[in-house]
Amino acid sequence: MTELDLDFLCAFLKTRSGLALTPEKRYLVESRLAPVCKTFHVETLSELIAGLKAGRDPDLEKSVVEAMTTNETFFFRDKSPFDLFQNVLLPRYLTARATTRRLRIWCAAASTGQEPYSLAMLLSEAASRLAGWRVEIVATDISTEVLEKAKAGLYNQFEVQRGLPIQLLLKYFTRVGDQWQIAPQIRSMVDFKPLNLIKEFGQLGTFDIIYCRNVLIYFDRPTKTDVLKRLANALPADGALLLGAAETVIGLTEDLSPDAVNRGLYEKVSRQAVEPASPRLAALR
Amino acid sequence: MKHCLIVDDSTVIRKVARRILEEMSFRVSEAENGEKGLSACRSEMPDAVLLDWNMPVMDGYEFLGRLRQLPGGVEPKVVFCTTENDIAFISRALDAGANEYIMKPFDKDILIAKFQEVGLA
Repeated sequence: MTELDLDFLCAFLKTRSGLALTPEKRYLVESRLAPVCKTFHVETLSELIAGLKAGRDPDLEKSVVEAMTTNETFFFRDKSPFDLFQNVLLPRYLTARATTRRLRIWCAAASTGQEPYSLAMLLSEAASRLAGWRVEIVATDISTEVLEKAKAGLYNQFEVQRGLPIQLLLKYFTRVGDQWQIAPQIRSMVDFKPLNLIKEFGQLGTFDIIYCRNVLIYFDRPTKTDVLKRLANALPADGALLLGAAETVIGLTEDLSPDAVNRGLYEKVSRQAVEPASPRLAALR
Repeated sequence: MKHCLIVDDSTVIRKVARRILEEMSFRVSEAENGEKGLSACRSEMPDAVLLDWNMPVMDGYEFLGRLRQLPGGVEPKVVFCTTENDIAFISRALDAGANEYIMKPFDKDILIAKFQEVGLA
């Protein structure tokens, strides 16, 4: 693979997925795309990239994007975003939405489903407080391949042991051969959809809580700003955004601000609070 | 420094688990069966026990029942670590007072996650 090939690939990934890949990541490109070469029966990465340049094979383009995006996840990853959900956000919205009895949650980079299913299990544990409520969990990812795995809800022994308390494994999973499958009532709580975050997502509507963790780190600065601004638009005035531990809104947008107490939690900034008074209002004072 | 007792008849498992637990800043001691494990607990009650199920002399299930009867024996967090990966075994272990359950084979991430789950990492 020549330097020009690598430059083309970086630009291609940036346009298609927002992934900001630098030329130092040549090793990552080589290891992630080797299986794609095999699938498409091409000998070298240069040949594969020539196929991308020709622009005539949407399947090849999709496979390259999916192979290069990171899908690592596990149940209750980092623990604190789920403690926050259970101890802060759920009680907050049980009160704030008591009239509508409606709660919408979005996992914006759901990968193989562990994050939305972790939330669904917590909601199931809180079922007695949610009687009569309509709770929606929308889970999106750029990769249709990982979404298929997510929908099936089948995980291997390693996957169910990273972060998932044994009591929840026992309660919500059954053994299917060598694997473990999450219960149908938990699967039915999550609506999986393919979505590329760098494209328009206003059609999904607004969400009370958005989990968008460990995805912005792969974007360059202007893309982060653009995505954060649109995430803010998808929140109501009292909505909550959760980002990954290595991510922030600071220096990227003024539409969101960090919660003073809870790390990783961001809130929508009220426009009235940041916009200067209009000249007319100022004249009346 | 927290103290973890590994009760497992496999020297390989004891060696691998010891290395990971020491990296997690545990003081580690070992016993090759349940009887020796109980004897170690009578001398010094550990903060945690990483416990195999199938062992000669006394299996992990019996060990757990007898440990919980000892003075101070309800205190240690017990994490089963076994090839028994059937739901019935997991249920029995939890009913008997186990705090967590690892299905072999395991890796460092799983061991750390399970010890975090019981509040020891």
